[in-house]
Amino acid sequence: MAQNNMLAMILAGGRGSRLHELTNKVAKPAVSYGGKYRIIDFPLSNCANSGIDIVGVLTQYESVLLNSYVAAGGRWGLDTKDSGVFVLTPREKADSGLDVYRGTADAISQNIDFIDAYDPEYLLVLSGDHIYKMNYDKMLTFHKEQNADATIAVRSVPMKEASRFGIMNTDDERRIVEFEEKPAKPKSNLASMGIYIFTWKTMRKLLVEDMKNPDSTHDFGNDIIPKMIDGGKRLFAYEFSGYWKDVGTIDSLWEANMDLLDSDNELNLDDTSWKVYTEDNGIIPQYIAETAKIDNAYINQGAHIGGSVTKSVIFTNVKIAPGAKVIDSVLMPGVIVEEGAVVTRALVAENVRIGKNCIVGNKKSEEILLVAKNVKGED
Amino acid sequence: MANKAFGVINSAANYIRVEGLHDYRPIGAFSFLGRFRVIDFPISNMSNSGLDRIHVYLNSRPRSIVEHIGDGRHYNINSKRGNLQLLFTQNNGASSIYNTDINAYLENLEQIERMPQDYVVVAPSYMVYKQDYQKLLDDHVESGGDITLLYHKVDSAKDYFRGCNVITLNKQKGVQHIERNMGTAKEKLISMDTYVMKKELFVELIKRAKRESSAYSLADMIALACEVLDVRGYQHKGYFAAITSLDDYFKANTELLDYETAMDFFKTDWPFYTRTTDACPTQYFHGANVKHSMVCNAGLIEGTVENSIIGRNVHIGKGAVVKNSIILSYVDIADGVYIENAVIDKWVEVKKIKKIVSDSVTPAYIKRNDKL
Repeated sequence: MAQNNMLAMILAGGRGSRLHELTNKVAKPAVSYGGKYRIIDFPLSNCANSGIDIVGVLTQYESVLLNSYVAAGGRWGLDTKDSGVFVLTPREKADSGLDVYRGTADAISQNIDFIDAYDPEYLLVLSGDHIYKMNYDKMLTFHKEQNADATIAVRSVPMKEASRFGIMNTDDERRIVEFEEKPAKPKSNLASMGIYIFTWKTMRKLLVEDMKNPDSTHDFGNDIIPKMIDGGKRLFAYEFSGYWKDVGTIDSLWEANMDLLDSDNELNLDDTSWKVYTEDNGIIPQYIAETAKIDNAYINQGAHIGGSVTKSVIFTNVKIAPGAKVIDSVLMPGVIVEEGAVVTRALVAENVRIGKNCIVGNKKSEEILLVAKNVKGED
Repeated sequence: MANKAFGVINSAANYIRVEGLHDYRPIGAFSFLGRFRVIDFPISNMSNSGLDRIHVYLNSRPRSIVEHIGDGRHYNINSKRGNLQLLFTQNNGASSIYNTDINAYLENLEQIERMPQDYVVVAPSYMVYKQDYQKLLDDHVESGGDITLLYHKVDSAKDYFRGCNVITLNKQKGVQHIERNMGTAKEKLISMDTYVMKKELFVELIKRAKRESSAYSLADMIALACEVLDVRGYQHKGYFAAITSLDDYFKANTELLDYETAMDFFKTDWPFYTRTTDACPTQYFHGANVKHSMVCNAGLIEGTVENSIIGRNVHIGKGAVVKNSIILSYVDIADGVYIENAVIDKWVEVKKIKKIVSDSVTPAYIKRNDKL
């Protein structure tokens, strides 16, 4: 708590069912992204870079891998005496049974004891499945300047798409006067990013009340925020304009990877002043063979390229054999593409083997093909 | 009970000089394959062998090694039971004849004598190889000899390994002589400057050296002891490099461009640890043409790269060509520049000079931070 007296809670319980087989074995925040990262590296690195010491990660589905991954807080530098990353799954407590997290607010309510132990002045609530780089400390400064009870990060979306989002209607001072979830006739184009800063004392009271309310869905968007607005609390919208992506579907996950191929991409992962930290291992650099042909690609260490790669993102330990072709695709860690195989417009899941001479995907397909199982080739 | 040893990692002898690179850092801190440093290999070997008490002896210009090793946690050494100690010597001057490993041990003799293990494994910070030291130690104990020395049979001793010692073995693998490699024949048995012995013998050799000559090294002491002590050779197989000259450095890196050699050396059951810099993946643009090379992360590749090793955060401009070269981290090669047979040190910017080529066997060396 030495740095800015703000504790962060990352909501990482999302099932991510629209990512299909990718999230059968891992929770959505643990899904691979960008050649070497997992999605949760982004909020965790943002926390570390924003001077936040204590991060709670709330998980509930398929979280063995996520748990062991985030528990090693040292990856993000969150392992000093006063800092740490803590995995918080639903627990049985002395005065109540074992409950799953019933909603985003309930996940926080069930961990009030954890938060109290650090006695923070501010609470930052984040989603674990967005890709963006953001300085939460700047947002906190804004929160303090406004003397706010809650600050919600928003970004401008095209007006015609606004009805797909939770929209914040604000006055001239950026004070939130109304929150509408997916409004048919949006009055504003400021969409909530699911990033909240709360003054903890105020929020703690609200959460305790909310837990006792049988009509509540225990959700920040549905219950807590509207109640705060109605109760005359000071809620402000903090506008963020950088790269931000919710990778909720195979298409959007593929697209977010492809964004990295653009040399002017806003995410700018090689910015040394705001690094994104992740697991790293003692493997060799990228090995590019005599037979390789690479045209526009984003490739991580440990990859072995023998074939041709066009407009693709290649993760750690991927092997592309001589004579194989990979086009417009995302190959997650450990994927093997054997001789003569052709992979087009596909997202290939971790450790999948594409057999000899197999043709996978189609350059004319509208949707991106998810390949989550081995594809047997010719012997 | 398994035999227990602590590890000692020493620096290169004072007569070993690697042109250019050595002006800025000790050999242990040299970049290797772009993302490692040479000292990662002996430390990883020790860590993987279960040696978790390690002494690293440093003499001149220790900054980069100290920074790189830090608390040693990335080498997977138990943070409570294990310990990686950096030990310094005051008596400096890299090429001074007094700057010997013995001198470093003498200055820290108390630390050595306090080690609870019965045996010591001494390994050099200027060689790259893979070896299970526990196996070496068990073999040593079983043999009943006084000292076991690791050696490698090479067929290029005329042109390479010139700073190393060579050994002569009798039929029982007993070491008869140790002497400097004078390049008199291609085939030689190179001493890997790696020894296993009892801690008491190690201490005794250090003390005896002090009495005999201030300029003696541990290798000299073992060479002298060959006649009276039972010194045995243990043959190492697989990839082996001694970074004792710029030619050796160049060969050591480029040999690993051979796929089979690299795959045999880098295996998941024997990881080589290094300090991560959290560099993002490398971007290859339209027009990039990369063949038979190793490329590290956070690169921006727009030009041609052949038979080369490209370090981290390197930019190769449009139409630029890099052939048979080693490019260290943070180098910027501007559009249209042609580089062949060169070692380009860190933070160099090549822009105004359009061509850097060395015609001899020895690669051209471009100094750290240079702007050309």
